[in-house]
This record gives sequence, structure tokens and C-alpha cells, in this order.
Amino acid sequence: MSDAVKFIQGNVVCAEAAVYAGVGMFAGYPITPSTEIAEHMSVRLPQVGGKFLQMEDEISSLCAVIGASLTGHKTMTATSGPGFSLMQEALGYAVMTEIPCVIVDVMRGGPSTGLPTHVGQGDVMQARYGTHGDHAIIAVTASNHADIFRMTVEAFNFAETYRTPVILLLDEVIGHLREKIRIPEPGEIPLVGRLRTAVEHGVDYHPYLPREDGRLPMSDFGDVHRYNVTGLYHDMWGFPTEKPEVVYGLIRHLVDKIDHNSEKMTRFRKYHTKDAETLFISYGAAARSALHLVENRRKRGERIGLLELNTLWPFPADIVREACRDMNFVLVVEMNMGQITREVKLAVEDPRKVYLANRVDGELITPMDIQNIVRLIQGRGV
Amino acid sequence: MEKRRFLFSGSGGQGVITAAILLAEAAVRYEDLNAVQSQSYGAAARGGAARSDVIIWDQPIYFPKVVQPNILICLTQEAFDTYQTTIRPGGYLVTDTDLVKKPAFVDARRVELPFHRSVMDQIGKPVVLNICLLGALVELTGLVRLESVKELIRERFDPSFHEVNLQALDLGSQLLKQQRH
Repeated sequence: MSDAVKFIQGNVVCAEAAVYAGVGMFAGYPITPSTEIAEHMSVRLPQVGGKFLQMEDEISSLCAVIGASLTGHKTMTATSGPGFSLMQEALGYAVMTEIPCVIVDVMRGGPSTGLPTHVGQGDVMQARYGTHGDHAIIAVTASNHADIFRMTVEAFNFAETYRTPVILLLDEVIGHLREKIRIPEPGEIPLVGRLRTAVEHGVDYHPYLPREDGRLPMSDFGDVHRYNVTGLYHDMWGFPTEKPEVVYGLIRHLVDKIDHNSEKMTRFRKYHTKDAETLFISYGAAARSALHLVENRRKRGERIGLLELNTLWPFPADIVREACRDMNFVLVVEMNMGQITREVKLAVEDPRKVYLANRVDGELITPMDIQNIVRLIQGRGV
Repeated sequence: MEKRRFLFSGSGGQGVITAAILLAEAAVRYEDLNAVQSQSYGAAARGGAARSDVIIWDQPIYFPKVVQPNILICLTQEAFDTYQTTIRPGGYLVTDTDLVKKPAFVDARRVELPFHRSVMDQIGKPVVLNICLLGALVELTGLVRLESVKELIRERFDPSFHEVNLQALDLGSQLLKQQRH
């Protein structure tokens, strides 16, 4: 038996991956179904020289995470829908101040306190538009333990590369599911470290002056450089400004740094898509049910494939359009009222071919649920 | 191999979820099989219905829930009433002699064993009821070796609880063997 093979919950995989990625600080407030992430972090961080803080609520949790990140640490928090709602203001602050951090939202049924112990995928649009003001965002997801590990590490990499908060959308089913995982060896997944300024002590440092490649080197706050950080529109020194040309430049920068690099953060998996006539598009726990059905129907010769999305935002419209082109119909499998379905309809050439297979009663959508909807679309009844 | 779907049901505090985790973990870490384990629960920690689903297979497992179990374990009358009709034809229906009284009217092989009574008589600690059950399941299915589960118990549990749990595991295994003879 190898020690690297473990049988653990998805939430614990996420916490282990954060440690692998070099997280130095976690602040959070426990909430089902994300609590095991905080619990495991409270054990692991002291072992690796990091700090774990249990805060009084989710507002302070994300604020602490942002502050600690600015001092030079990779940081993370984890919550579920109700806590994610409370974090929206601080999320916007991290977007505006370009402070990297990872926010895990283990989705449960909502709105409000909703269904604490049952699954949902209703926070996809909240991840995209939950905080006010125009902005771009990165949100990733996973459906199995190997991918939870990989996407958690990627979330940290994206956060550091683009100096932005990154949202990891898990759900109750995969967060609580135990399955086999082999923990990758150090070095197996590349890590992106903090890009620090080469500007020396005593020389003016411009915290918001991008390099030629668009990246902004950081200086650990409280170290050798004094600089200002504000949620107001700011200039390259970090001081507030209302100058239209500076305001315009900053919002374009915040949006473009993500939208112009979207293909670099697009992660997805294709299953049996080459000769498929019907395509499922899914993510998270729902993708497990879709893949189960695809594998079963393939054995009967049905030409069904699955496109599983690991990056939800920025939405990989080009990949989706291409994958849907020659399909008889496309079925988006998700546990909400069609949040990604709408994006797929916007992306494809013929939105009339796009249908939604969903379940919003707190139960994981089953392969049989999906199969019944396929039969209805085909005009065969259930 | 055939895909094996277990549905563990009982009431919160009986340890059915721990038994499910140990079985699945032993399969993954000691027998090189694939397994998934999930549980459904309400807001209450004790009392109330507890359920855990385990699937063990030598191939990848995608949909992780159990709809029709090959092996259904019911440790309360309520759980039995709720789940008995879900069992796959020809599957095993495992119940406790004293905790589930009603007869089953389903196409299943009934494995009715006095887990609770034997644990109380021979060990005197009701807390190891679940491990006694696990011993019988190991013997019944042959998916994992008893020794693998023992190693897992030694690894996972505090040393002061090793002896009583290992004893319960052997007891469950013996109960099943005796019924077979």
C-alpha cells in the first residue's frame, strides 16, 4: 500500500492541494458543507508553518485573507452559499486592489440558508456577478478527487499569475464524497509563486504599474516599501483618483487581464466526443451522473459524448461552440435553473438545440433523470 | 468483478457511516479496488435516520449514489421499512435479529444476525455494534480481507479502543460463519 493513495473526502483533498500549492494562511468561519476544509486546514497549516484563523464571520474571513495575502502569503478561505453572499463586498475589494486569494464555495441548496446538508449548483452566477461593478472573474470547478486537487492548485496559480481572487466552486456531493486519490509528488504540478518587485529599498515602488507582460510585481505590505491600497479607483501609486483616463485605464485593465487570457485558463475534459451526435455539457457532481450515462449508453452503441467544464469563468465560449457544432442536440446537465445553459445558448450557433437537464430538490441528479430527458427530447416519451 | 453497491441504514449514533467508510477504505487502500462512499444526513447529529452509500468495483465509478443495493444493511425497523423494497433481486438483506422484527417480502437473501445481543453479551459495549456488523460483511462479501480491516482499525482508532474493536470484528465474522454452517 502506498502512503500517497488516500481515501478521503473531497473537502480534505482541496485542503491538501492548498498545502501543496503553498498556502500560508487560511481564515474562515465553519459552514456546512465546507467545514471539513477549515477543519483540515486547522490541523495542516500549523504543521507547515502556516497560520489558521477562525474568524467571527465570513466578512472578516475574506478581509483577513486579503490582508494576509498582501503581506506576501498565498491565502484561502472556504464557505458555502450564505457565507459566499457575505463575502461579496470583500471579493470586489480584492478584484479592485488586485490581491490574489482563493475562495472556495462548496455549494448547497439556496437561496438563503436553503438546504444546509444537500447539494446545489446555484452559485455559478453569483461567482460571476455577485459583487457589484463591472469586473472579470475566474471561477473553476471539479467533479472528482484528482481534479479537485489539480483545480485547487490551478486556482492558486491563476490568482498569483493574474493578481486576482479566484473562486473554486465545489458542491456538497463532491465535497463530502470519499474516493481514491493519489496525492501528486512535489513538482508534479507546476506552481506559480508570488511575483515580487525588484525595486530596492529607498527607491519608489509603483504597486499598480504593470510590466510589459501585464503582470504587476508585488511588494510585501509592511516590508520595505510604503504604498497605498484602496477600493477607490486609483493611480499607479495606489492613491485615489477620479481622472477619467485613469479610471478608464484601470477598469479596462481589470477586465482585459482576464478576458484576453481566457484560453490560458480554460480547463475541460472531453469524453467520447469525436463521433458523438448528442453532447452533454456538465460540471461538478452533475458531470459524474452525465459521464455514468455516457459510458453506459456507449456500450449500447449510442453516440453520446460529454464535455466537462473545469473552468466556468471566463466562460470557454469558443470551446463550447466548436464542440456543439455538429450535434443533433446538446443537453446541459446542472443542478440549478439553467445558469450555464444560458451561457451555452449564447455561445452556440443554434441555441434551439440546447436543452437543460436539471434537478433542484437537493438530490444529486441521477443518470436515469438525464436519460428520461433525453427520451423526451427525442420524442420517445419517458 | 461485479459492481457491489452497499446501502447502510440505521439511526444516527449507531456508527453505520463509520462502518461504511472502513469497508470502502479497506477496499481502496489494501485491495487496490475503487470505491466511493457518501452519506446523507439531516441537521441532527444523533437520532434521526442515517444512511451511507458505498460502491466497490474494479473499474472507475462515476455516479456515486446507490439506488438499488446488492447488499442492504438495516439496523432499525424504520430503516428496514424505508429501504427494503430498493434491494436488487437476489441481493443480501442484512438485519439485526432484535432491532428489525418484521419479515421481508422481497426477493433477497436474508442475513439476520444477533449483532446487538452478541455484542452486549460478549463485549458489553454497544458502541462496537457497527464493527461487529462490519466483520459479518467482510465474511459475507469476501471483497476485503479481515486482516486489512484490522490494520485500518489499528491505524485509525486510538490504541485504547483497538482491542474492543478487533474483538467485535472477529465476533461479527464468527456470527456469519456460524449461520452459514
